[in-house]
Amino acid sequence: MNNTFKKRKKTNLKYIFKNPPVIIGLLIVTIVFLLAFFPTLFTKYNPNALSPSEVLKHPSKLHLFGTDNFGRDVFARVIWGTRVDLQLGIFSMIIPLIAGSFIGLITGYYGKWIDMLFMRILDITMAFPFTVLVITIMSILGQGIKNVYFAIWIIGWMVFARLVRAEVIIIKNSEYIQAARIAGFNDRKIIFRHILPNAISPAVVYATSYIVICMLTGASMSFLGLGVEPPTPEWGALMSEGRSYIQIAPWMTIYPGIFLAATGIGFSLLGDGITDFLRTKGR
Amino acid sequence: MGKTILKVENLKTYFYSKEETVKAVDGVSFEVYEGETFGLVGESGCGKSATCRSILQLIKSQGKIIGGNIIYKDINLLNLNKSEMSKIRGREISMIFQEPMTSLNPILKIKKQIFDGFYKEMKLTNKEKELRALELLKLVKIPSPIQRLEEYSHQFSGGMRQRAMIAISLAAKPKLLLADEPTTALDVTIQDQIIKLINGLKKELKMSVILVTHDLAVIAQMCDRVAVMYAGKIVEMSDIKSIFSKPRHPYTYALMNALPSKNKRKKLEPIEGTPPNLACLPNGCSFAPRCKIAEKICLEKEPELYELEPGHVIRCHMLHKTSAYKSIIESSNER
Amino acid sequence: MNRFNYMFKRLLVTIPVLFVVTLLIFFMIRLIPGDPARITLGEMAIEEDIIKLREEMGLNESYFVQYTIFMNKLVHFDLGKSLVYKRPVAELIKSKIIVTISLTLVATIFAIIISFPMGYLAGTHKDKLPDQIIRVLSLASISVPAFWVGLMLMLIFGVRLKLLPAGGWGRNFFDCLRSLILPGIAQALVTTALMMRNLRNSVVDINKLDYVDFARSKGANENIIRKDYIMRNAMISTITLLGMRMTWMLGGSIIIETVFSLPGLGKFMIDSIFGRDYASVQSLVFIFSFLVLIMNLLTDVIYSIIDPRVTLE
Repeated sequence: MNNTFKKRKKTNLKYIFKNPPVIIGLLIVTIVFLLAFFPTLFTKYNPNALSPSEVLKHPSKLHLFGTDNFGRDVFARVIWGTRVDLQLGIFSMIIPLIAGSFIGLITGYYGKWIDMLFMRILDITMAFPFTVLVITIMSILGQGIKNVYFAIWIIGWMVFARLVRAEVIIIKNSEYIQAARIAGFNDRKIIFRHILPNAISPAVVYATSYIVICMLTGASMSFLGLGVEPPTPEWGALMSEGRSYIQIAPWMTIYPGIFLAATGIGFSLLGDGITDFLRTKGR
Repeated sequence: MGKTILKVENLKTYFYSKEETVKAVDGVSFEVYEGETFGLVGESGCGKSATCRSILQLIKSQGKIIGGNIIYKDINLLNLNKSEMSKIRGREISMIFQEPMTSLNPILKIKKQIFDGFYKEMKLTNKEKELRALELLKLVKIPSPIQRLEEYSHQFSGGMRQRAMIAISLAAKPKLLLADEPTTALDVTIQDQIIKLINGLKKELKMSVILVTHDLAVIAQMCDRVAVMYAGKIVEMSDIKSIFSKPRHPYTYALMNALPSKNKRKKLEPIEGTPPNLACLPNGCSFAPRCKIAEKICLEKEPELYELEPGHVIRCHMLHKTSAYKSIIESSNER
Repeated sequence: MNRFNYMFKRLLVTIPVLFVVTLLIFFMIRLIPGDPARITLGEMAIEEDIIKLREEMGLNESYFVQYTIFMNKLVHFDLGKSLVYKRPVAELIKSKIIVTISLTLVATIFAIIISFPMGYLAGTHKDKLPDQIIRVLSLASISVPAFWVGLMLMLIFGVRLKLLPAGGWGRNFFDCLRSLILPGIAQALVTTALMMRNLRNSVVDINKLDYVDFARSKGANENIIRKDYIMRNAMISTITLLGMRMTWMLGGSIIIETVFSLPGLGKFMIDSIFGRDYASVQSLVFIFSFLVLIMNLLTDVIYSIIDPRVTLE
């Protein structure tokens, strides 16, 4: 009996990895991380090096993605921009994930007025589009990538809180937990040892989609001019720079966008794979 | 015995998935005569519902009819194309399902759901459609029918929903009604009403009925002839009196015994063992693992249908034992 | 309880929310570091002018008084003057709101036209080729940045092929419509993908239910089954999703309008933020909130119309 159970677990993992979309996703994400950590492996140009003689050159063997209006190598700027966008995606997701899960855990478990209060706030706030809220906060805090993080953190925890809270409420009423309470286990032990591991799974699943959302939001902010400060290379900012030259130097806008799109797709595919894996594992 | 209205010959319906093939209907043959109620009885998963759905080709997605014939009034339904088959549904053969709540469209008025059963060639004006819909509701004895026509299914009680479903299924005046567990989801008192209703409608509208159920009591109240199914095959088929007075197949006998009886001293005997896995059936007779009179041949070779008497067939190797079945079982119990 | 009661109740709930929003906006602006009057007049301002403006703006009063002044102005639609455009804010909002709403409408129409047939196709061919293709397309659409898609569309159709305007707003109705096509598509991308997925899942779930089989068994016409039995049920949750997405599109309009230089509320907001015109930003945030709440209300109402189970409870 034990043997067949173990076998099924192994085939699940293998089965998931055989799935082509997941492999593509994994490949893309790996490349992205490599680009972020080791940009010098891929390009020898300095992304911020101005070169007035090389302004707005077409893509060529020398400059794979051409040059921009300051003569900077676009390929280098795109490669070096990877780490900025990757950070945007991951770091703006992490805090909301942790904080939101914690809050959801507490309000879900203790319930009553604290739960009602939070749910009211959540319901009202989440009716508003994410972008509008972030831009509003950015308009107060001012430009800068740190403020992008803050803005996303302030708004982002809510969706995780809601996910975890819903899960906690279901688990809280299960017989297993009720038995633990009758047995006299103290609250903290129940919450962290027994409820948390299960309640957090929908949040973790959503986290991979959220990375994509954060990355796109961060890039949008930079595109609008509210995000990173120039001359920091970041894909959204690069596209913003390229916009004015789109007729004569479209490569400035095309390539950063391809990288952003590909990264988004990569994380989404990987996220889908993780979701499927967790589902077959049976929570 | 009147004319044959439906003849099913060696029907095979299998369900295919990545891991396995489920042989839900595995060589089923029977005839239904005009004006009779024909019963299909058996445990859950024996293939009786799948047989019914196969007749109207309304099988769930992974299922396929891979063999046999279904002959309705000299037409082989399996040879018809999509549009010809849709002319059979409703007008000739209609079906009612087990769970009335999920069988009715929750966002359409009952009136509309009846109207959708009318077909173009009936050439009804709107006024005529309304009148006819009203008649149908009256036929199934739904009170305040004028009001009910404008209502939605969630405003009906369980029994009334079942009646509404019956009314809708009769909209195009079918000659054969397939009733798939029509009473299973209802309270006992409502069950009784529905049974009487269907029996009455059958006579009034001169219909034939195929009744599918696992409940022998319902069979007793409604059917003229019965086929007992097990693991996708018919194991015994006969008229209603013979089935109850002298069941011959060990499975039929066991089913009868599993019913409570007036004799309070008689113990309820559930059938030993577990129902078979239709995806991997054993060699030989499918019932053999649970059969009390099984012998070596039963585990090796599948039995064919054999006519014990005119109109009474059974599928068993142990024919010499089956008439003395009762005494064999009782003597083995005493040991 | 009938439909009107339901709408009325929902409306009643919206008002306190709006009230809270005004409070939030009011305090939010005052959180900005620095003196609003000084910021308004810029770095070169003279002290006297700053003091005079502070007096005008009522910045020396208590918060309570300031809030009363603010609300009073709001109710009378006196939203001040835009520093960037040099015209009254209320007047600007009136002319620009049409652009933003038109953009949202065009995007919505695109979303419905594409997602309904595609979602139905995917749902009725579960796990087969159409379903797989649509699943991939949906995933891609959600993961790529809408503004880049907009830029690419602009590049291909506006610059290279010169089929459609690469931005800006037209003078007559048809020109305006033409300028909304490319931004509309960019705006509709994510929503279309989400709706396709949602509809596909609904169709799959519904096909499993007995009432489709029962409808077939009574001989109902296939077209009627597709329309009244499958689609009408499947689209309930999809329409609700669309309603939510339309509020989301308001946020997206800020970006898309910037990309295509459309003179809508979104661009107005960005211009005001960069122009440090906080009074206008404040008014705009209020208008956006108002629109969001109205759209939420409309979504609920439409949902109650499509699904008879709701109001009649």
